[in-house]
Amino acid sequence: MLPINGKTVGPIARGVIDATGMPALVLFASMVGYGSMAREAGLTLWTAIASTGLTWGLPGQIAMVELYALGAPMLAIVAASSAANARFLPMVLSVMPLFNEALPRKRWRYVVAQFMSLNPWAAIMRRGPGMTPADRPPYYAGFAGVCITAALLGTGAGFILAGAMSRNVTLTLVFLNPVFFTLVFADARGRAAIMAVLAGVVAGPLFHLLSPDWGLLLTGAVAGTGAYMADRALRRRYD
Amino acid sequence: MTDGLDWRLWGIVLLCGAATYIWRALAVFVGGRVSPESEAFRLFSCIAYAMVAGLISRMVILPEGLLAEAPLSFRLIGVGAAVAVFFGLKRNLAAGVIAGVAVFALLIGFAGPPM
Repeated sequence: MLPINGKTVGPIARGVIDATGMPALVLFASMVGYGSMAREAGLTLWTAIASTGLTWGLPGQIAMVELYALGAPMLAIVAASSAANARFLPMVLSVMPLFNEALPRKRWRYVVAQFMSLNPWAAIMRRGPGMTPADRPPYYAGFAGVCITAALLGTGAGFILAGAMSRNVTLTLVFLNPVFFTLVFADARGRAAIMAVLAGVVAGPLFHLLSPDWGLLLTGAVAGTGAYMADRALRRRYD
Repeated sequence: MTDGLDWRLWGIVLLCGAATYIWRALAVFVGGRVSPESEAFRLFSCIAYAMVAGLISRMVILPEGLLAEAPLSFRLIGVGAAVAVFFGLKRNLAAGVIAGVAVFALLIGFAGPPM
């Protein structure tokens, strides 16, 4: 059903194969950067690893670590970390239709939501629509499973290696993440997605200047809705 | 590191995880009956793509924390090199990532902050 190199593999294996390679490598390296930051900020090995497994969203983890290092109050840390990860609302909303049919029990959808992050999201948005609904959950499980394994190992490795890495190495590892995702989204397919990406690229920094707290939500609301409306107008006229 | 558990630190880690999970759970709660062919699905996807692209663009142009130590020009040249190699080599992801990171590492290594 899902041929690869002339052989047919199941959806779990396909997910594992798709994630093993660049997504897992980049994630591992990014989390090495995070693990090293976490140690400098005063986290312990196990709190660093737990934060990767529990929060599972790098911008929110970085916000947490940086405010913790500054000695910020607990409530401020939690609020800032959560705000930095607000993108999970539209991300999970947008993939749920791909899972609803295959996962009639809501509790499994809550499990899917916990393992959502940029890599599995980009993969399932790209490949999911072309699969049978029943293949999507196992594919996602295979893909996300590799991602979280790589991330947990990377966090631990980064924590242990923190003293041994120069600042430039850590800086380069942190830079790896935006570079990789720039290319993942430069590769977006479909008119609506491409327009939304372009609008977001422009709006993200502008709205951040306007309001660091609400900039990201505004970007989604304004640039995303604008791209949707432009796509709908084009669809009505030409498609 | 002190002996025993640092309860405040564990509390922060657990609460940050829970506070991020609120967004995820809210989406499942709200989005139970949306079909992939619906207009609502198209709208949510556009919002998600815009937000994620905006986040990454903000990380490159207006980063906070460690990345802010590298000059804007280095960050832009690094991303530019990655995009150029990616499209130049027929959308080769690995080559693009390696090129972008290598250019950035060379820039900070030879001309970067004195670390």
